[in-house]
Amino acid sequence: MSIKSTIEKVIENAEKLNPTLNSFLSIEREYALNRAEELDQNQDDLALKGFAIAIKDNICTEGMQTTCGSKILHNYKAHYDSTAASRLKEAGAIIIGKANMDEFAMGSSNESSAFGICRNPWDTERVPGGSSGGSAVAVASGVVRASLGSETGGSVRQPASLCGIVGFKPTYGRISRFGLVAFASSLDNIGIFGQTSEDVAKVLSVIAGRDKNDTTSADVAVPNYISELSNEISGKKIGVPRALFGEGLDADVKNAVEQSIENYRKLGAEIVDVELPHAQYGIAVYYIIATAEASSNLARFDGVRYGFRAEGSHSLRENYYKTREEGFGAEVKRRIMLGTYVLSSGYYDAYYSKAQKVRNLIRQDYINAFEKCDVILTPTSPTTAFKIGEKSDDPISMYLSDIYTVSANLAAIPGISVPCGLSNEGLPIGLQLVGKHWAESTLLNMANVYEKEFPLNAKPPIFVG
Amino acid sequence: MKEGWEVIIGMEIHAQLATETKIFCGCATSFGHDPNTNTCPVCLGLPGALPVLNEKVVELGAKAALALGLEVQETSIFSRKNYFYPDLPKGYQISQYDKPFSANGILTIMTAERDEHGRAKEFKPMQIRIERMHLEEDAGKNVHEGLPDVDKFSYIDLNRAGTPLGEIVTKADFRSSWQAYDYVNHVRRALQWVGASDADMEKGNLRCEANVSVRKIGETGFRNKVELKNLNSVRFMQKAIEYEIERQIEAHESGEGVNQETRLWDEKNNKTRVMRSKEDAHDYRYFPEPDLQPLVVSSEFIAKIKSEMPELPDAMRDRFMQEYGLSFADASQLVLEKDLAAFYETTAKASGNPRVSANFILSELIRELNNAGKTATESPLSAENLAELIKTLDAGKINNNQAKEVLVEMFNSGKTADAVIKEKGFEQISDTSAIEKIVDEIIANNENQVTAYRGGNEKLFGFFVGQVMKASQGKANPKVVNEILKSKL
Ligand SMILES: [Zn+2]
Repeated sequence: MSIKSTIEKVIENAEKLNPTLNSFLSIEREYALNRAEELDQNQDDLALKGFAIAIKDNICTEGMQTTCGSKILHNYKAHYDSTAASRLKEAGAIIIGKANMDEFAMGSSNESSAFGICRNPWDTERVPGGSSGGSAVAVASGVVRASLGSETGGSVRQPASLCGIVGFKPTYGRISRFGLVAFASSLDNIGIFGQTSEDVAKVLSVIAGRDKNDTTSADVAVPNYISELSNEISGKKIGVPRALFGEGLDADVKNAVEQSIENYRKLGAEIVDVELPHAQYGIAVYYIIATAEASSNLARFDGVRYGFRAEGSHSLRENYYKTREEGFGAEVKRRIMLGTYVLSSGYYDAYYSKAQKVRNLIRQDYINAFEKCDVILTPTSPTTAFKIGEKSDDPISMYLSDIYTVSANLAAIPGISVPCGLSNEGLPIGLQLVGKHWAESTLLNMANVYEKEFPLNAKPPIFVG
Repeated sequence: MKEGWEVIIGMEIHAQLATETKIFCGCATSFGHDPNTNTCPVCLGLPGALPVLNEKVVELGAKAALALGLEVQETSIFSRKNYFYPDLPKGYQISQYDKPFSANGILTIMTAERDEHGRAKEFKPMQIRIERMHLEEDAGKNVHEGLPDVDKFSYIDLNRAGTPLGEIVTKADFRSSWQAYDYVNHVRRALQWVGASDADMEKGNLRCEANVSVRKIGETGFRNKVELKNLNSVRFMQKAIEYEIERQIEAHESGEGVNQETRLWDEKNNKTRVMRSKEDAHDYRYFPEPDLQPLVVSSEFIAKIKSEMPELPDAMRDRFMQEYGLSFADASQLVLEKDLAAFYETTAKASGNPRVSANFILSELIRELNNAGKTATESPLSAENLAELIKTLDAGKINNNQAKEVLVEMFNSGKTADAVIKEKGFEQISDTSAIEKIVDEIIANNENQVTAYRGGNEKLFGFFVGQVMKASQGKANPKVVNEILKSKL
C-alpha cells in the first residue's frame, strides 16, 4: 500500500470523527497528501517514513496554524518549525493536523480551549483530560498511532490516563523546547502519546537529544529506546509511596493501581515502600512557579505585532487592556494574575523564592527515593474522566487532577502513564511510573512489558483504525 | 553651586558591545538596514523561540569589565525584567539582576573643575566605585517620524532589538557635573581602547543616565533624587546636571520640594522636564530567566582575556611620563586615543627623541589630522617618516621652523622627509670646507667691519653670521658657521 493511500485514510478518519470529538483544530489534508506523494518517491530508509502524527497546537509547525487554543492567536501561522517538528519531518513522519488543547496548555480537561471542547471517545459526555486533550483523543480514537503533546504539570500523562493510551513525559532537557510555545519554561516538556510504548519509543528516538537552539536541552547520549523495550524487568525495584494513596483517590482507580502493583510483582519486580515527604506541597509549589513564569511568557501576546488585536482602542494602554481582556480566556487570565502577584515587589520572597526552595526539596525527595528503587509507581490521575462542566467552576478541584503528576515536572524527571484497567463505568485508568533523570529507557521498557502481559483488551466506542 | 549645598550623582551607562551579531540570536547588529530586516523569531519574540547566548558577548563583556576595574563573577544569572512597551517584543527584557556579570569595581579617573570658558583647572585623580556591569539586550525603536500617517500610527523597527549592552552602574560618588563628565569620557575611551564598544554617543551606542540629588552640606541622609535621561552627548549631560542642581536647590529652598521622578534634557530649551513620576514607576517583577542556564565564566577564560588585553591608557600615560620624560599633560593627551598613542610610541622609538616626537605630534600632526578630519591610523604621514624628519632635525640638517614646514608638506603629499627637504632646498650645509670658503670671502669683502670687530665691537659678530647665511641662501648650519667665524676672526 502506498504512503499516500494510507495517509488518505488517516485524513478521512480525522475528518469523519472531528465533528464529534473535535480533537483537531486544523487538518492538513493538502500538506499531508503532498508530503505522502513525495515520500512515495523517496528511496531513503527513514525511521518514521509515512508515519502519520498529530501535533498539539502549541508546537510550531511552519506555515501551519499554531493557535495554542487561544483567541489571541486565532489564525496565527508559525514562521518556523519547532525542533521536534523538523526532526519528525526529516525522519519521514507526516503531520496530519494540529490538535486541540486547553488554552495555552492551562487546564486538565481541554475545556478552556477557545475553539470548543474536545470529547473523550470512551464517553463523549466526558472530558479527555488536558491540557493535551486533542492529542490524546487523536490517538485514543485510532486516527493516528502517536501524537505530540506538551506537559507542564501532567498535561500528557493525565489525558493519556483518561483516554486509555500511553502518555510519556521525558526528562527535562531530553527533548528540545525550541518552538514549543512557552507556558512555564522551567517545567515545560514536549511529551508523546502512543497507542503503545513502542509507538512512543519510535517517536522519542527521532526527537530526543541536544539542540543548539535550546540551551536547556542536555548533551546526554540518546540510547536505543526501541531495542531496550523488551528487556527483562524481573529484579527491577518499584517504589510505592503508600502515603499518597489516601484522600481524594477514587476507589476504582485505587483498586486498579493496587492490582497493577501485584501484576508487576508477578512479573518479577520487587516492590518497596518509599516516602516522598514533600509531595503534598507539589500542587502549591507548581501553581506559584508555573503561573509566575506564565505571566511573563504570555506578555508577548499584546496585540502589537501578531495575533488578535482588540478594536476601538484610543491609546496604547487601552489597546493592551482590551486586547488581553478579550483575547485571553478566564483560566489564562486567572493564572496571569496569580503569577503577576507572586512576582510582585514585596511578595517575591514569600512566594516565588520560597516555592523554588520547596521545589528543591521535592527534587531531593526523588533522589533519596531512587536510592531504594528504579521507578516509582502511583496512579496517574486520582479519578477517571469526569463529566464536561463538572469541575469548570471549581478551579481548585480541577488543579488537584494533577496531584500525582506535577512532582515529576518539578523534579525534572521522566514519567509515563500506562493503561491498567477500566472503572466500573467502563472508563480507562492509568498507572504512572516515574524514573531517574535520563532513565526513559527503563520507563518504556517497564511499560512495554506490562502492556504485553496485561493488555487493556478494550477499545473506546468511538474508534477507527 | 549655591554655597552650603552639595550635589550627589550616580551614573548609569549603557554601552553597546561591539559584536557582529545580537546577544541571543544570529542576527546582524549593523545599522542602516531597512526596518525589521535584521530580525528572526528570537529577536522578534515570536511564540516558541528561545534565546541562545552569543559567546562573543561574554568575551567583550569581560574586556569591558576588566578595563573598568570590575571583577568578573564566576557565576552570573540572566533575569527577566518585565514591562510592556511596543519596542519590547517579548514583554520582558533579558537582563541581569541580583547576580550580575561583574561587580565591585574601583576605577581611578582624572578629573578637573572647569572655569567659565570650560577650560580645565588642575586634573587630579579620583576613585569611583563601580557597583556592577551587567549584560542585557537592547529594545527596538518606536518610530514616530518620516512615515505615512504618523499622526495616526506608530511604527516599530526591531533591528536594534537584541543588541548586546553592558550596563555600568556606579555608586553615588560624584560631587560635581564635571566629575561625571570626566567619568563618562574615561569609560568611553576605556571601552573603545579594549575594543569592547564603539562607545559613540551620537550613534547611540553609548547612552548615559544620571541620578542627581542635592543636600545641605553636613546632612548624612539623601533627599529625593531625579533620574536624568535623553543625554545625547557628554556636554549635554554636564549641562543637564548643572541645570538640575540649580533647579533642585531652588525647589528645596522655596519649600516646594523635589519629586522623585525621571526627567528628560530638552536641548532646545536648555532645561529638564518631567518624563514620568514615581507613581508611574514600574514593578519589573524580576525573576531568573528559565530559558538560559546560569552563565559560568572560568578563571582560565578570564586569564586568557587578561593576557589579550592591551595596556590600558592610564598605565600607558604613567609609562610615557617615566620612560620618555613627558609631562603629565602631554602624556595624557597622547593617550586620549589608542591609535595616537601607538603612533607616538613608534615615532619616539624610531626617532630616538621622545620629547621632540611628542611636541611634533601634539602641536603639528594633530592640527593637520584635525584639519583633514583624519585619525592617527589614517595619517598620510607615517610614524616612521615622521621619525626620519625628527632625526634630520636632530642632526642639524634643517632648523625647527623648516622641520615644521616639511612636516606639513609630508602630510599633504605623503613623501619622505628627504624628498621634501630636497624639493624645498632646505638641506643645511654642514660641510666645514664649503662654509670656510664662504667665510673667507665675507672676511675679504668686509675689511672695515673686520677691523672694527677685532678692535672690540663684538656686536658685529651677528653681522658676519647674517652675511654667511645670506651667501649660503640660509642653508649653512648656524652652529658650524659660528665656530668657523670665531676661529677665523
Ligand atoms: Zn534575531
